[in-house]
Amino acid sequence: MPKILRALLWIAVSLLGALALATIALHRGEQINALWLVVAAVCTYAVGYRFYSSFISAKVLALDPLRATPAERLENGRDFVPTNKWVVFGHHFAAIAGPGPLVGPVLAAQFGYLPGTLWIIGGAVLGGCVQDFVILLFSVRRDGKSLTEMAKSEIGRVGGFVAYVAVLSIIVILLGATALIVVNALKASPWGTFTIAMTMPIAVLMGFYLRRIRPGKVLETSVLGFVLVLAAIFGGQWVSQTPSWAAIFTLAAPTLAILIIIYGFAASALPVWLLLAPRDYLSTFVKLGTISLLAVGIVVFRPTLNMPPLTRFVDGTGPIFAGTIFPFAFITIACGAISGFHSLISSGTTPKLIRHEPETRFVGYGGMLAESMVAIMAMIAASVLQPGVYFAVNSPAGIVGQAPETAAATISSWGFQVSAAQMATLAHAVGEQTLFNRTGGAPAFAVGMAQIFSNTLGGQAVMAIWYHFAIMFEALFILTIIDAGTRVGRFMLQDALGHIWKPLGRTSWYPSILFTSALIVAAWGNFLWQGIKDPLGGINSLWPLFGICNQLLATVALCVATTIIVKTARARYIFVTLIPLFWLVAVTFTASWHKVLDTNPRVGFLAHARQLAKAGANPRLIFNDRLDAAITSVLVVMVATILIESALECTRVLSGAKAASTKETPFVMTRLATEEQS
Amino acid sequence: MREAGTCCGVSGEERAEKTSRGTVGRLGAAIVRPLRIFLAMMREVFDESAYQRFLERGQMESSANAYALFRRENELARSRRPRCC
Repeated sequence: MPKILRALLWIAVSLLGALALATIALHRGEQINALWLVVAAVCTYAVGYRFYSSFISAKVLALDPLRATPAERLENGRDFVPTNKWVVFGHHFAAIAGPGPLVGPVLAAQFGYLPGTLWIIGGAVLGGCVQDFVILLFSVRRDGKSLTEMAKSEIGRVGGFVAYVAVLSIIVILLGATALIVVNALKASPWGTFTIAMTMPIAVLMGFYLRRIRPGKVLETSVLGFVLVLAAIFGGQWVSQTPSWAAIFTLAAPTLAILIIIYGFAASALPVWLLLAPRDYLSTFVKLGTISLLAVGIVVFRPTLNMPPLTRFVDGTGPIFAGTIFPFAFITIACGAISGFHSLISSGTTPKLIRHEPETRFVGYGGMLAESMVAIMAMIAASVLQPGVYFAVNSPAGIVGQAPETAAATISSWGFQVSAAQMATLAHAVGEQTLFNRTGGAPAFAVGMAQIFSNTLGGQAVMAIWYHFAIMFEALFILTIIDAGTRVGRFMLQDALGHIWKPLGRTSWYPSILFTSALIVAAWGNFLWQGIKDPLGGINSLWPLFGICNQLLATVALCVATTIIVKTARARYIFVTLIPLFWLVAVTFTASWHKVLDTNPRVGFLAHARQLAKAGANPRLIFNDRLDAAITSVLVVMVATILIESALECTRVLSGAKAASTKETPFVMTRLATEEQS
Repeated sequence: MREAGTCCGVSGEERAEKTSRGTVGRLGAAIVRPLRIFLAMMREVFDESAYQRFLERGQMESSANAYALFRRENELARSRRPRCC
């Protein structure tokens, strides 16, 4: 394409993006179409990818197409395999896309669609994508080293230790928070509970089919599993309509919590091939399919947003979680904008597959843009709901009241009209007994997704099927995170305990497997139980805690990246990682301060503990609040330590007290380029 | 001397046929290539390619035993692989 045409094309894309952003930011008092959000995101991502990531590639990282990657130098046909960039992209995206980008935006929609949307778009282009990209490249240049190893070698031993503790904490809190989402989605829902229960025998069947009948045919097995899951969704409808069966599968939150805890323990201790691997394949299959389906649904059906751009809850009095936009919107939406957890994947499997250095831009930066698009879709799914319905589904009983009439009256008094009859009709349409107080984000997302599709595909008659498909999708997704996460946590614990007593570090020694599995399950099970028992807590306190942990890990990753940029004598471009680093420090430290010390009992853990103590509440609830405060404080102190250590290291290099050198693997000419040149 | 309607020894009809075949071929390639990449992506995500590489490395035929060996080799790596929220 001629240069002038290309320039004109990019000017047009930029102008269209600016127009879309202006439309979503400036429209007040009238509804806008969801397509404006999609256009704003796509245009901004295109410009960010074309220009900003190109600048980072050329100036900051100096990507070298002649430099051999570890996939080429250390190729072993197992971990290190030079792979087509599209294939690595798919692999990377499948690993980074979890329930986080779906749940976070749904919860943050309580401020209106505007703050979350702007943070998702801006945070991804300037923060999340940059983090994923630079960490991926730095790992590629260090033989695929992990974030904790890079933190140790480039910053110091404290850096490595903090990264390790942050990862373990995130895993534990994430498991507790996400398990609570499943409990809230399935409580008193015989249809959903039956469908999810059926995924266990389906996974076991898939495991046997893969091992005995069609060895290695995973795609074929996943399609078979998916068909069986669809059959289970229809079976669930029959179960919910048959009183004797419905009674068996109508479970209360504590019962569901106990079952999920038992499941987590079993998945950690059982052989991988039997349950964990087939469920993981099934979940990935459903995940990729549903995300594509949702994208097509939004673009084809172009729903209208019913949520206002800003709600009255920007003042921090929100019913879903308490706290003002800054810092809590930026903590609640993590994965769709910037997620520390991604840095683990960017320094895990992905760098070992990269064929050419320049492809890190497409995989790292581009992969995060795709993830961010998923978050935009979740924001749309939440915002197409009538605000009254949205708040009725997402608000805890402790805030709006238990009885439907009381809850509807409370929500209507906020200016978001909803009635008990309207909610009963909606619950009936989706095949549930009630949709009040279904906190956690998953049910609201499911109702939104069902609404988008049922308006065109099948009409109201199939709304229940779409709703339960969405519930199945999220619960399956989350249970996969729980079983895989419990296992990863168990291995991390075994690695650590192996330093104290060697046999505990042996991953195949059954007493050690059982002991460490029990420890990990007890840790996240405690958070889950806390979420169920605390009428004002639950997702309200757990999700911000998870967000803080996740963003603190991103702070560690950006610290590592900034230190490496300084050490490679490119300090003039330090702003690329320093700006998101400053922002995250401001967000996480402010949020931590609020969560620990705020005098509002709905925000501060200690204020809540004092309020409970005054009211003579259960000592267990008081202990939970104090535990949450202690965990947050310890993490903040550790991250502050790594920040100081990193700043000192950078100062030493910049002042000339220390030579600028990093632990990069020495340059080796790529064979591919040599062959191409000769 | 060239015959009327010929170029480089190829008649107009032949050229038109070749052009149309070329267009069909290009169109076919434009459809097949992304499909192939998509399938390769799915095979990598679902570990089918890893199993294929395992068989090639060990010069084995696919069987229940070979798959059990593959799983054993990959289990530790797979179950330690982080997945995001």
